[in-house]
Amino acid sequence: MKSLDDLKKIREAAQHKVIMRGGTLDSIKILVGMGTCGINAGARPIMTKFVEELAKRNLITVTVAPIDCTGNCDNTPIVKVVIDKKETTYGNVTEKMIAKIIKEHVEGGKPVQDYVLGNKK
Amino acid sequence: MVERAHVLICSGSNCVSRGANSLRDEFETHLTKLGIREEIKLVNTGCVGLCEQGPFVIVYPEGVFYAQIKNKDIETICNEHLYKGRIVEKLVFDEAITEEKEIKQFTEIGFYKKQTKIALRNCGLINPDDIEEYIARDGYRALGKALLEMSRDEVVEEMIASGLRGRGGGGFPTGVKWRFAMANESDQKFIICNADEGDPGAFMDRALLEGDPHSVLEGLMIGGYAIGANKGYIYVRIEYPNAIEKLKVAIAQAKEYGLLGKNIFGSGFDFDIEIRLGAGAFVCGEETALIASIEGGRGMSRNKPPFPAAKGLWGKPTIINNVETLANIPAVIFSGAETFNKIGTEKSKGTKVFSLGGNIVNAGLVEVPMGTTLREVIYEIGGGIPNGKELKAVQTGGPSGGAIPTSLLDLQIEYETLIEAGSMMGSGGMVVIDEDNCMVDICRFYLDFTVEESCGKCTPCREGTKKMLELLDIISSGEGTLEDLDRLENLAKMVKNSSLCGLGQAAPNPILSMLDKFRPEFEAHVVDKRCPGGVCKSLIHLEITDKCIGCTKCAKQCPVDCISGSIKQLHSIDTSACIKCGVCKNICPVDAIISV
Repeated sequence: MKSLDDLKKIREAAQHKVIMRGGTLDSIKILVGMGTCGINAGARPIMTKFVEELAKRNLITVTVAPIDCTGNCDNTPIVKVVIDKKETTYGNVTEKMIAKIIKEHVEGGKPVQDYVLGNKK
Repeated sequence: MVERAHVLICSGSNCVSRGANSLRDEFETHLTKLGIREEIKLVNTGCVGLCEQGPFVIVYPEGVFYAQIKNKDIETICNEHLYKGRIVEKLVFDEAITEEKEIKQFTEIGFYKKQTKIALRNCGLINPDDIEEYIARDGYRALGKALLEMSRDEVVEEMIASGLRGRGGGGFPTGVKWRFAMANESDQKFIICNADEGDPGAFMDRALLEGDPHSVLEGLMIGGYAIGANKGYIYVRIEYPNAIEKLKVAIAQAKEYGLLGKNIFGSGFDFDIEIRLGAGAFVCGEETALIASIEGGRGMSRNKPPFPAAKGLWGKPTIINNVETLANIPAVIFSGAETFNKIGTEKSKGTKVFSLGGNIVNAGLVEVPMGTTLREVIYEIGGGIPNGKELKAVQTGGPSGGAIPTSLLDLQIEYETLIEAGSMMGSGGMVVIDEDNCMVDICRFYLDFTVEESCGKCTPCREGTKKMLELLDIISSGEGTLEDLDRLENLAKMVKNSSLCGLGQAAPNPILSMLDKFRPEFEAHVVDKRCPGGVCKSLIHLEITDKCIGCTKCAKQCPVDCISGSIKQLHSIDTSACIKCGVCKNICPVDAIISV
């Protein structure tokens, strides 16, 4: 460790190890419906892809978690994006939709209306 | 891949003794079976503090606080929560979930609400075996600031301005002590971490060493820089094998990352740390006996002056700081003295970690700002006395402290106020005593300890503690007289005034404090030959009341077969044969057996 800069580099690189602990994170939450209906429709690869894409963009304050069946069994996989307690529910999510959701909604703050559950494509 | 969930398993010694070590293997098995092992980060973390409710598993990002977890619960947590996102409500600590099944934050749980974590800032949140997690939470920034942006003088002044006082019990201002050592010219100086934590029941330092060893290393290094020492020792009691392991790992990692060794941060400052192990002697927690032990001698105290800051280890200027004191130092230097001294009271700044034990619902580790009242600690944080019993006293300071009666419950916890109340802060042991205890018996317990631990060098302690114990035995047996109480008090005062070191000087404290605040109880033993707490064996007999349901459990367990009675009939104890072991009282399902 030759300088405070060296320390800073390690600190920043290691943030992802600790940042989601302690309940202090004011996070954006990505919740993936993981009831049986969701799993059958392929929700697990969707969740994995979200994690990968977020990591690529170093969005370490965004958390991804499975949630119980939401009742929208006909439109699985279901993904809810929660920002400041405001929920947006996306239906029939495919891997191709993920990049756009992250760019426009998670980073840009604007839900992708076409993908929102109940909106016609 | 980057993990999406972190599962923290509390691995403080209390949870380990309740089986926490096998939980990780269970997680490995079930997560692998489900094919999601890579998505989950498993972390063995340090003491979470609510020891009575352990073992704990905390799942992030949701912050779910699972309590009293057994091996068989892990499969459910994996299948339901980690795979499907269904939180297992029945396993969540009841105060950590609302009626509507929403997860509460730590800060909303009664036990944690009034706590302020400075020393324990990382315990329960990081993997102590990963230096990068310590660094991620601002670890070693204080060291960098001190070495590169502050002169040694400035570091000392900052410590003085913070008002931090020794957390080992002495309460001496840390910065002032450092200044003495800094001012003394010498070719070599030393700084020592006193990790001998000897008070029975105290485990604050153990939790820190096991849960956040780097905070102690960083504090030691900052102190070394300030006083001009390039060598630090950590003297750990050998009864803490987990702590010793964690320290070894932490020191090795600090060396690997260039935070220990030569030219740290390119500042020109060299520092090395060595671990030295104790061998089971309470007296080695006293600084001069500790020094003697490191030098290879028998742990025996020396005359002060000269104080270690002038002439300590191998005759060189030496600073000895307690574990908790050291853990506070990086926080003080990083945030600044002005931030630190906003917490606490005028004369006692910052927080204190207490190991709360005895007859209390939430036994465990708590950290509160100085100035918090005993009432708040016992009732709001501690959850009050179990089984509907009445509070009798609060004992602080371990074998060096005294008992505080219920009339003083609104006392603000500070160094001076506790001394005024006849006790002391000590290292942080706080034992809650209910009505079913005897103050004479408690004195005997502490004196039994100090008699064993006296090093024997000075006569007042060597002979005096033994004699005080004998007098307590006589009083407890019912053979004592009022004159014996006076003899006990005079002897106690003499031992306190003339012993060579803190062990002997403080050994009489429980006696003096309890004779002062609970004298009627002592007099009952000698005048009425009665033990009001129902404990002293010679003065009580056990009786079965008519609550008895005739289940015969007591008769079956009695080691001397002195209980008679048929099924569903009132049982009775033959007092002449009874050895007062109390097994029957403990095992009775309806609390029908009492001490009279």
